[in-house]
Amino acid sequence: MTPVRISIAAAVGSVILILIVLELIRGRRLKERYALLWLVTGLVLLVLSAWRGGLNTIAGWLGVSGYPPAILFAAAIMFVIAVLLHYSTVLSKLTDDNVLLAQEVALLRTRLDALEGAATPEVSPTPVERRAG
Amino acid sequence: MTARRIVAVVPAFDEEAAIGAVVSEIAELDPAIDVVVVDDGSSDGTADAAARAGATVVRLPFNLGIGAAVQTGFRWALERDYDVAVRLDGDGQHDAAELPKLLAPLESDEADVVTGSRFREGEDGYRPPLHRRLGITWFARLVSLLSGQRVTDTTSGFQAMNRKGIELFARDYPSDYPEVEATVLVLKHRLRLVEVPVTMREREHGSSSITFLRSVYYAFKVTLALFVAMGRRYAVPSEGAHQ
Repeated sequence: MTPVRISIAAAVGSVILILIVLELIRGRRLKERYALLWLVTGLVLLVLSAWRGGLNTIAGWLGVSGYPPAILFAAAIMFVIAVLLHYSTVLSKLTDDNVLLAQEVALLRTRLDALEGAATPEVSPTPVERRAG
Repeated sequence: MTARRIVAVVPAFDEEAAIGAVVSEIAELDPAIDVVVVDDGSSDGTADAAARAGATVVRLPFNLGIGAAVQTGFRWALERDYDVAVRLDGDGQHDAAELPKLLAPLESDEADVVTGSRFREGEDGYRPPLHRRLGITWFARLVSLLSGQRVTDTTSGFQAMNRKGIELFARDYPSDYPEVEATVLVLKHRLRLVEVPVTMREREHGSSSITFLRSVYYAFKVTLALFVAMGRRYAVPSEGAHQ
């Protein structure tokens, strides 16, 4: 059986995690989209740490006989991996969007330069003569 | 029928020394070809050198890598309604004198995309070092096997394409080492790919971006990307469908 103190500590930790996430959402420092996985993580950990019988049963299923709190670690790690994976997808999307934006800006700037022609002096780090019209 | 409008897309990153000659060579060959140099965030005077030589310069705000730079050029070609786009590297290894060979199969409508191959029979001007030849052969075999069409040079960036090719590449062009994947993309979209033998030159300035260790990484990365690309489902692009 899980020592009571571990259960209490884990439950408190989970509650703190949930509160921090909620506070970040409230202060608009975290978008709900990205907070969802964190909230689920906090809730699952809270349930696992408070529901001591359940933790034991799950440990039994998985063949963890000596130390049921190992399931807590396993669950926590699993969710952290899920969050990281989610971030990788978000990062990939951002990278793609960023490339698209940079291309768009460069193309627009070229057209703008052509429109303005040689009339306006170019603000360029190297003020050598630039394409005229 | 009006003459087809042709644009030469030249990606360049820190090619101040070579870019001017590349641009003027194209202009000398055929003044009707518009040259657009995509400056991929160079820290030297690449953009100015290209502009002085008479090219339109698209300056990317920061370095995006070769794939995205080339794609920028194709997007330009699409936006400005060019009928044909050719891609030449900014380091001068692609000889503008070979351009007519690349354009011919487009002219006769035998191909949608034409690649200049260093390994088609009858041409042996430039011999890359052994490890690169191995890599090039490996990818040629692999792509031939996967696609069922014999290709000899999948790593060549010397390409010409018609409107269909431009539309495809403007929408979807691979990023890091794009040529092999781009070849697969062309074949998967059932565009007609034709290879013509060309001679390439040794680089006159700077060094190739592919060193030995990099080519090992390259081989793994691109092989992986190839299988991913083959596994993906692509819609065949329809006329005028983009972005």
